[in-house]
Amino acid sequence: MSLDPETVRTIAALARLRVAADQLGHLGEELSAIIGFVEQLQGVDTADVAPMTSVIDLLLPERVDAVTDGNCREGVLANAPERIDCFYAVPKVVE
Amino acid sequence: MSATLTSMTLAEASQQLQARALSAVELTRAHLDAMASHRSLNAFITETPELALERAAEADARRAQDAALGPLDGIPIAIKDLFCTEGVLTTAASHILDGFRPPYESTVTAKLKAQGAVMLGKTNLDEFAMGSSNITSYYGPVKNPWGPVDGKDLVPGGSSGGSAAAVAAGLCLAATGTDTGGSIRQPASFCGIVGIKPTYGRCSRWGIVAFASSLDQAGAMARSVRDAAMLLQGMVGHDPRDSTSAPVPVPDFAAALGQDIRGLKIGIPREYRIEGMAAEIDALWRQGCAWLEDAGATTVEISLPHTRHALPTYYIIAPAEASSNLARYDGVRFGLRVPGASLDEMYQNTRGEGFGAEVRRRILIGTYVLSAGYYDAYYLKAQKVRTLIANDFREAFRSVDAVLTPTAPSDAFAIGERLDDPIMMYLNDVFTVPTSLAGLPGISVPGGLSGRGLPLGLQVIGRPFDEEAVLRIAAVIERCAGFSGRPRG
Repeated sequence: MSLDPETVRTIAALARLRVAADQLGHLGEELSAIIGFVEQLQGVDTADVAPMTSVIDLLLPERVDAVTDGNCREGVLANAPERIDCFYAVPKVVE
Repeated sequence: MSATLTSMTLAEASQQLQARALSAVELTRAHLDAMASHRSLNAFITETPELALERAAEADARRAQDAALGPLDGIPIAIKDLFCTEGVLTTAASHILDGFRPPYESTVTAKLKAQGAVMLGKTNLDEFAMGSSNITSYYGPVKNPWGPVDGKDLVPGGSSGGSAAAVAAGLCLAATGTDTGGSIRQPASFCGIVGIKPTYGRCSRWGIVAFASSLDQAGAMARSVRDAAMLLQGMVGHDPRDSTSAPVPVPDFAAALGQDIRGLKIGIPREYRIEGMAAEIDALWRQGCAWLEDAGATTVEISLPHTRHALPTYYIIAPAEASSNLARYDGVRFGLRVPGASLDEMYQNTRGEGFGAEVRRRILIGTYVLSAGYYDAYYLKAQKVRTLIANDFREAFRSVDAVLTPTAPSDAFAIGERLDDPIMMYLNDVFTVPTSLAGLPGISVPGGLSGRGLPLGLQVIGRPFDEEAVLRIAAVIERCAGFSGRPRG
């Protein structure tokens, strides 16, 4: 399995990562080597094996559906790169 | 005096504080001085001297009123910069978290703080804990205090490389680390210290910057097994804010150390005797078996047949989870923002500039193996093989109480080596990754020195939630090895 520059461009778009056009080829080679390495798993017999969902034998705990936290708007917004009043500001998405 | 203060163990310091032979402020000052004179190691991303002295003074005030909070009260420690600390810069060694001061404290560091531990600063690491050498940090590589060798600086291992270097160089009495595939144990081996990753679920992950959530686990790094047990004790416990945190009783770890290991059965997995294993690693492993036999344990060869599939499994699962976890870094709510004409462009620009090369590789691999048409072939397949790997251990633990292996396939290598080929770098974790995939507790304890005079660790792996056996066996190795090596500093 080898990842051509076009495939790398598609994955990068899915991952919202800007990759310079002149890096697509080299990155494709690196990623292909890693995919080639993990490819060996195809030879493992996993018929009738359940995929792991939890590494320890514990049931997911449940709790009462109640508010346990809150009233910390300033704390939450304190790290905003850009804000307007009590909102995060981003480039316009709706005209 | 100052040198003595930075070379004692955490246990000794704790005793001296209790006996009032020493103040927390004196102890903290000595470590802050050591940090200042070892900045060339680049072990810390952020130093917090004012905060440290303030907390130390509070500890002394409590002690004066006979109101000390326990054995960690007044003990100066370092915190891996992956734990969120309220109001203190938290970077995960990434450009994308520029300027991030969390409005909250991670559960683990909150517990340590509540027990009076004094945070000296935040230690360097591989970016987002992705690496085995600490060279992927946006804040530059950490130097192993055991170097240089032949004029070349050495890596401290990774990802908890700053924590390991700081502990080894006497810049703190102990440090927190996190381990996803070996990130506590491998740097512990490279720096000649003790590092324990407890069972998945022992420590709360709440407030720790997430890498691969099904694998990430916090743990303790220190200069003795007892010290590691003492710090770990302060970190563990159920936390309702982490649904994978285990609601199980916490034993007294230090109490396990005095017990002997007569009658214990130690498994030696034949699949770990990998092709091309360095003779000195093999020799140390055999020596470790001999020590445990001398102490009354029996060693038996066991088989963990799916071992060779562990690294490829890990390099599907960890990037997959990372690509999902790191989706939150988009320049909107915190950290770096690189402007763009549209929202989508802003995301792409921010993430393109904010992530380093290794993180970018892993996000892309993760995105690829989770994408339509490949999910079953890669991700689901890996989760099935992970079941087989965990089953190997479960089967083995029917007949043995613990497993002994080397921690890493080599001693510390030079900064700049093994950079060209990501897969060569991944092989560092060949002995530690299976334990992580199975969620088991593992410890690295120094066993001796390599031919080049650098530390080598042995790994003890235990049953789920049996950190006591792991610590007890590690304490025997520690005693037999008589490892007293310290870096030249």
